Amino acid sequence: MRSASLQERHIVGVSVPRKEGWNKITGAARYVDDMVLPGMLYGATVRSNVARGKIGKISFDPNVAWDDFVLVTAKDIPGKNCIALILDDQPCLASQTVNHAEEPILLLAHANRHKLRKAVESISIDYEPLPPVHTIEESEQQSTIIYGTDNTFKSYLVEKGDVDAVWKEAAHIVEGEYFTGAQEQLYIENNGVIAAFDTEIGVTVWGSLQCPYYVHKALMALCGLPEDKIRVLQVETGGAFGGKEEYPSMIAGHAALLSIKSGSPVKIVYDRMEDMVATTKRHPSRTRHRTAVNKDGKILGGEIEFTIDGGAYATLSSVVLSRGTIHAGGPYYWPNVRIRTKAVATNTPPHGAFRGFGAPQSLFAMERHMDRIAQVVGISPAEIRRRNFLKRGQTTTTQQVIREEIDLNHLLDRALELSDYAAKKTRFAKENKEGMRKKGIGIAAFLHGAGFTGSGERYLNSLVGVEAGADGNVRVLVSSAEFGQGTNTVLCQIAAEALGLPYESVAIAQPDTTVVPNSGPTVASRTAMIVGKLVQSAAKGIRQTLTKAGFLGDDYTPEQFRAACQEHIAAHGALKSYARYEAPGEVYWDDEKYRGEAYAAFAWAVYVAEVTVDLTTYAVTVDDFVALQEVGKVLHPVLAAGQITGGVAQAIGFALYEKVVWQNGRMMNSQMTNYIMPTSADLPPIRVFFEELGNVHGAHGAKGIGELPMDGPAPAIINAVEDAIGVRFLSIPLLPEDLFEALPPESHEQDVPSSARGTA
Amino acid sequence: MNPLPEMGVKCEVLFTVNGETKKLLAHPMERLLDVLRNELGLTGAKEGCGEGECGSCAVLLDGMLVNSCLIPVAQASGANIVTIEGMSAHALMTPLQEAFLECGGAQCGICTPGMILAAVHLLEKKPEPAMADIRESLAGNLCRCTGYMQIFEAVARAARRRVAT
Repeated sequence: MRSASLQERHIVGVSVPRKEGWNKITGAARYVDDMVLPGMLYGATVRSNVARGKIGKISFDPNVAWDDFVLVTAKDIPGKNCIALILDDQPCLASQTVNHAEEPILLLAHANRHKLRKAVESISIDYEPLPPVHTIEESEQQSTIIYGTDNTFKSYLVEKGDVDAVWKEAAHIVEGEYFTGAQEQLYIENNGVIAAFDTEIGVTVWGSLQCPYYVHKALMALCGLPEDKIRVLQVETGGAFGGKEEYPSMIAGHAALLSIKSGSPVKIVYDRMEDMVATTKRHPSRTRHRTAVNKDGKILGGEIEFTIDGGAYATLSSVVLSRGTIHAGGPYYWPNVRIRTKAVATNTPPHGAFRGFGAPQSLFAMERHMDRIAQVVGISPAEIRRRNFLKRGQTTTTQQVIREEIDLNHLLDRALELSDYAAKKTRFAKENKEGMRKKGIGIAAFLHGAGFTGSGERYLNSLVGVEAGADGNVRVLVSSAEFGQGTNTVLCQIAAEALGLPYESVAIAQPDTTVVPNSGPTVASRTAMIVGKLVQSAAKGIRQTLTKAGFLGDDYTPEQFRAACQEHIAAHGALKSYARYEAPGEVYWDDEKYRGEAYAAFAWAVYVAEVTVDLTTYAVTVDDFVALQEVGKVLHPVLAAGQITGGVAQAIGFALYEKVVWQNGRMMNSQMTNYIMPTSADLPPIRVFFEELGNVHGAHGAKGIGELPMDGPAPAIINAVEDAIGVRFLSIPLLPEDLFEALPPESHEQDVPSSARGTA
Repeated sequence: MNPLPEMGVKCEVLFTVNGETKKLLAHPMERLLDVLRNELGLTGAKEGCGEGECGSCAVLLDGMLVNSCLIPVAQASGANIVTIEGMSAHALMTPLQEAFLECGGAQCGICTPGMILAAVHLLEKKPEPAMADIRESLAGNLCRCTGYMQIFEAVARAARRRVAT
């Protein structure tokens, strides 16, 4: 028997200090705008001010010394004028037509930022206007075609059973239509990059970004350069939330073009207004439900139509739609279902990745609709869910068999208990009879698939490396980026545990495409589960190599490990181990029929929101929030809880605060002054609880966690609002003015002069 | 980007930054934030919004917590300015930094320097703040990552430790 050694001591599951934490709390962490390169110029973008039109004459104010500026147009693009992603339909610079407001047309660079700003304002562009399309409904009408033959980027059809046969058996047929608005990611650090071009080395980019290899791929196409002439480095990134998934390819492309033309390094950092007005947001959505239930409220079947507004170019809409489609049925058992979904084109800046990626939209509808079904059937919101929860052995809408030991009834019971649901429900019913402050409580049950959808992980084919040095220190080599969620820390924990080394002996390499392999993008709640598992395998590979070579026994001290590394490196050179993704054998996915194992694992949750609706101010405040989830093994309790509290806060913003005001396809409130995110004074205590079930696919049984908390809060809150005042809101965000308009005039306070009232 | 186009004549500005006297030439309307970052290399103050909403550019100016993006440098003339870089010797820093690390008060880190300065400003005035005090005093510092809960916990923990010692 071996004695208890370091190899048996746990690092995973312990809240070790964040790897880059010290730099962040001392202000020493260097973000891209903190970097200055010698001879560096600043870059700026000249953008369209119409939603759709042909570009006409471009005039340059003769009072500006234009010779001092570097000017780039589409003609200067050495490679292909596109942002290579999925369909490559989005130009890097518009040359003949523009398809959305704020579309980039020209680029300028200068050493003086003040002069640059003035120069941008001194260029005027004439347009021959073309009729724009601004909403899902206008796009569907197809009276103006702006994309393909039918304004549709992508559509999916999911069919299970025979939905046409269920209507005649139904005791109730419940219909509903639900809407969600655009939402800005609002990372506190705006998008920014520095690009430097050298004829020998090629293009080097330092940026605030999530996916180094997305930028790498896009720059190869744009610059017409081979793989080894593009180098992308992720620097400390001040928040991302999906907003730095695909957009950095655009801004990096712009900086690269300016650098190629000028021969100088070029920095482009957006100010807040440009970042908000020009970059991606969460897709606005519309969901229609038609559901057949029996007299007890059991779902017999239903039709779901889910439509998202993709904006002017295809970008990631097809994949956002995919996730929204698969999550549209929620955590419920549908014996029969037909889900028709599509992403349509409009003349707004392309909508893109944002935490949750389509699921918060379709789950908002599902969870509002469940409350509606409960009302129609005449049972409680908890009971309707209980009667329809997916159980082990049953299949999802895509006919994926649930193999996990998940017990959603148990999760629901525990969430109700933690939130003191029953007592509050009774108390609020009594207290709401008087006064202008009405209280309510609402539930949302939901799930979130971890990793890429269906065959996605197989296509990604991720590769991860672990390297040990002669000093016994270990480096994790991944392209997975840290932007607050804890990538650095968790992946080092996994490697340290796999190698039986102290956490301090393991570091993570800066994501640099010349140093780290492509472990895939840092998205889709995949890092801990998919990349983590590969890090574990690669780390074990180092151990096996040393053991096989006879340098290391089964049980060892860090000092013995160091000696083994030293001997191995002296004898054989660099000590590296790589692990590549292998699809678990049982995964079956049909991309045509949209059927099969959509995700290797789901995280499950039941959230409970308690609200006050103030009928004097029309403000809704969330008073208490219980977030209970099952995410597999919790690798780092503090970081995991931080993901949940942050996601819930962002989702409270989605539900109650954050409204993008559109006018002619342009965001009108592109400032933090008029686009309001929750402050420390606005949020309730967010109480986080975990259940842990093992998961065979992730490192130590971890599943995805990052996106899950974005899915449930909005429906839980709007369900609570309805519980408080009995008004059925179908659309978010729900702002005080929306409440004012929706409530009958007699409910408005009597001392407000009628002339001051809205036209409700 | 700076809100000001080409500006007029530069003037001499004299102030103390992190205990050192600094004399420099600057346009009077140049933002203090830009002078700190670009002229003095103090990049701990970050620009999040450029309009005084987010607090990530917060510094202490004569003991007041200010958004340096809203201060014309001429107005800072003669002032005593402290940025995150100048806080290392401050008695509150060790408990605050430790608590931020333990509680998960920093995620992406971009709001953290401003958040820590706001916490210092609070704890100097109120060594034993109630939760409502913490919430109120941090309301000018936006954080998109944490949902604030872990920041509240960190500030409360730092205060308890400070009082205990």
